[in-house]
Amino acid sequence: MAKKSAQMPAEPLAGKGQAGADHPGKEAADSAPAPRQLLLGLVFGIMFGFLLQKGGVAKYEVLMGALLLTDFTVMKIMLSAILVGMIGIFGMHALGLVKLHVKPTKYAANIIGGLIFGIGFALIGYCPGTGAAALGQGNLDAIPGIAGLLAGSYLYAEFSKKLSATVLTWGDRGCIMLPELIGVGRTAFLFAFAPAILAVLAVLYWFAP
Amino acid sequence: MNLSSGAWDPYLVGALIGVLSMATFYFSNKPLGVSTAYARVAGLLGYMVSKPHTDALKFYQDKSPKVEWEVMLLLGTVLGGFIAAFSGGEFNASFIPPMWAAQFGNDFSLRLIVAFVGGIVMAFGARLAGGCTSGHGISGTLQLSVGSWIALAAFFAGGAITARVMYG
Repeated sequence: MAKKSAQMPAEPLAGKGQAGADHPGKEAADSAPAPRQLLLGLVFGIMFGFLLQKGGVAKYEVLMGALLLTDFTVMKIMLSAILVGMIGIFGMHALGLVKLHVKPTKYAANIIGGLIFGIGFALIGYCPGTGAAALGQGNLDAIPGIAGLLAGSYLYAEFSKKLSATVLTWGDRGCIMLPELIGVGRTAFLFAFAPAILAVLAVLYWFAP
Repeated sequence: MNLSSGAWDPYLVGALIGVLSMATFYFSNKPLGVSTAYARVAGLLGYMVSKPHTDALKFYQDKSPKVEWEVMLLLGTVLGGFIAAFSGGEFNASFIPPMWAAQFGNDFSLRLIVAFVGGIVMAFGARLAGGCTSGHGISGTLQLSVGSWIALAAFFAGGAITARVMYG
């Protein structure tokens, strides 16, 4: 299982993304996670939680500030992560070093689920990842939040059959990407999109210190 | 604890999360994302109550309840948050965030109930949308996934309206 991604041939550049990350059966390959993979997950998680805490985004005040548009820390971190990760991962992908994991686009589910997520996000004041980091920094109110996340996940599973046959089929476009949506090549899109993100970051840097 | 920002520069932290994403793609063939881990752990808890019922649910036929990479990532996130807070002198056991207390008072049970309900709502939304602020908001958007950008906008739209109602 070690570095199987490194031996993966690059898909054609016009690749429409892989079969969705959510397809049944795709887990057959990693049904018995190798200890190395589990250890890597733990190490990467420690790094992730460390960065979230150092960035201040495990704090209730900073996250609520993002939703009230009074604090731009979350936006600065997310856009910086997107810019660096986008260039890095598409660069590695062009060299055939990594596989993409594009999530399927389902308009109704993305919008409705996204709005529901946002309501919960404001009520608890943490998101799933930052809530874990918040617990690590001593915010004990993340515990009932995490209990709620577990309960809500199971609740969704109870309704998953019905939802799969209804909402999840509305506007199901498969694994489409922005360049395809507007009909330009991926590289050309990146050459325009990366500077655009950089421009937003520059505006934040100058006007929202 | 400084409540208005992080100890490190946000642009640096963001760039490092971008580099971390590159590392998870390369070494684990996985994007950063944590919400599915809660669902898997919930499935494992469901097994304790009724394994046949849990296994019969469509969601758990697609995502079997087990400890895998993402569950380890979630555990690591708690640990990493602790290491960062402890090393920076920011570790502080508290139950009610000061901002909440200023608006809604120090009632322990109110915060507990709202956090619990918020967690339920947020998890349901994440599963319906197909990801959370990390899976869609960082990993999905940096791969230019159309649905991820839509979901991210919806996260903040739903959150901004609700936060306005709470604190407006």
